[in-house]
Amino acid sequence: MAQDAGLATPEMDAGDGVRRRDFINIAAVAAAGVGGLATLVPLISQMAPSADVLAESSTEVDISAIKPGQAIKAMYRKQPLFIRNLTPAEIAAANKVDVGSLRDPQTLDERTKEGKTNWLITLGVCTHLGCVPLGAGEGEVKGEFGGYFCPCHGSQYDTAARIRKGPAPKNLEVPEYVFNSDTIVKIG
Amino acid sequence: MSFPWANDYKPSHPFMQWMDSRLPLPRFVYDAIGAGYPVPRNLNYWWNFGFLALICLGLQVVTGIVLAMHYAANAGIAFDSVEHIMRDVNWGWLMRYSHANGASAFFVVIYIHIFRGFYFGSYKPPREMVWLLGVVIFLLMMATAFMGYVLPWGQMSFWGAKVITGLFGAIPLVGEPIQQWLLGGFAPDNAALNRFYSLHYLLPFVIVGVVVLHIWALHIPGSSNPTGVEVKSESDTVPFYPFFIAKDGWAALAFLFVYCAVVFFAPNMLGHPDNYIPANPMSTPALIVPEWYFWPFYAILRSFTFDFFFIPAKLMGVLAMFSSILIWFFLPWLDRSPVRSGKYRPLFKKFFWYGLIPSVLVLGYCGGSHAAEPYLMMSQLAAFYYFAHFLIILPIVSSIERPDPLPFSITESVLGHDDKAALGGKAALGAAA
Repeated sequence: MAQDAGLATPEMDAGDGVRRRDFINIAAVAAAGVGGLATLVPLISQMAPSADVLAESSTEVDISAIKPGQAIKAMYRKQPLFIRNLTPAEIAAANKVDVGSLRDPQTLDERTKEGKTNWLITLGVCTHLGCVPLGAGEGEVKGEFGGYFCPCHGSQYDTAARIRKGPAPKNLEVPEYVFNSDTIVKIG
Repeated sequence: MSFPWANDYKPSHPFMQWMDSRLPLPRFVYDAIGAGYPVPRNLNYWWNFGFLALICLGLQVVTGIVLAMHYAANAGIAFDSVEHIMRDVNWGWLMRYSHANGASAFFVVIYIHIFRGFYFGSYKPPREMVWLLGVVIFLLMMATAFMGYVLPWGQMSFWGAKVITGLFGAIPLVGEPIQQWLLGGFAPDNAALNRFYSLHYLLPFVIVGVVVLHIWALHIPGSSNPTGVEVKSESDTVPFYPFFIAKDGWAALAFLFVYCAVVFFAPNMLGHPDNYIPANPMSTPALIVPEWYFWPFYAILRSFTFDFFFIPAKLMGVLAMFSSILIWFFLPWLDRSPVRSGKYRPLFKKFFWYGLIPSVLVLGYCGGSHAAEPYLMMSQLAAFYYFAHFLIILPIVSSIERPDPLPFSITESVLGHDDKAALGGKAALGAAA
């Protein structure tokens, strides 16, 4: 059969209704199309974060010097990171809030690690338009709810860094982290 | 393509004849922007702004290529290399101030050009394609300008890039990966700066390409004119060269006078002082604002402070901001009035001058201000009017309005009479009324 089809003129069908020239045409366009699409993979993925950027995507921070009531700003993925040692009063204030009344309902326990509820670790990136909120540095305004205050558009966060007032839609993001020891925390 | 009475290109010099039969480029230019292109004789000054936009594009390309010879797109030294251009490079200050203010000038010109189109109905058949290509050019200009503003890597550059790329984070599910893909990282850094530089150099040439299509599409029906009445006979037109080239030249002179005054005497008037502070990811400027030409769109973005059904406020703001321009693509089909020029549309004219223009000005004013009351309320009202103007008012006005009588021809509108008018033109209309 195949040999017969080979001898036939291009206009003749191969016996099953498929013309030889149509087959070659579709096969060629399909091969070129798949090949062309395949070149998009490197062209598109070259724009994704490169290996050196990803290599810096986790940070270890020594938190031994942070006393209760204090906070530090660290750098994580080229963005500010707030690490805060909450006082018992601040923890109580956070736990007193009716979670159902929050814009982005979360308890303090859900935002911290078990047994280390005093360590509040969040990105210092306002969830509205990405400004750096105040409140982590010494003497900075902490806002009405004693947490963080974004100077750009007035978003106010409480002592669990949950959004309480202003335009921001979400709580300050809690990144992935683990306590390597009591004094070293690895973020990312 | 052109009118039957258009001048025919007849090269007299033997070399030009030799050229014409091998590569008829001079013929192409002659027919496109020379004596071979007849334009309506009644074009007013609003019709100079297309030419002025072309001058701005040329200005930006030339000064931009010069700046690229001295600028370094690396997050560590970009800011310093701009200062190096300002202080050390011969005439570097002139190139940078010309380029930075050239962008502003380009937007002034293009906004007048666009609003000329709105008022005189330049988007109506048979020129829809001219209009659509124009909107594409405007979108490309916005992308180019945004990425150019990031290059000096000052505080406003950095935080502008952060806020604008952050908009993509508002897209559900895929937003964050898209944002990281666009930036090549988790926040604006070297990777983002480099790709913005690459695209900032590329896009102007894409704009040049689309401008060629824009002019090509324009030359099929020929230029529109203030009466909106199509060209009927030779007496309605004059050759583009020398008549309109001369008028464009005069307009260019006036434009360059104002432009140079700004470049030389107030080069930082439209800039933001915070951009003279090097980018710092750990500290946010007190007020993040884009350049003035983005203020109306920025105001629309921020005017959504409440969730809209199931769509979060932030995503809604992003959608509204993009829709505010994408809506222009539908303009030829939203405005159904058969009368092209706003000059003969009493109701449309009122909504244009007392509705659209004020709403855009209010949006612009609010976009440059803090996102607090009363500016939020003002921008919400203005944004509501803006969308209503296109989606509700234009379709209704075009169906209920009774337009003023049109002149018989361009010639009649200029001379008061046209011998070719079947009923004697205006006189006959006057008698009928």
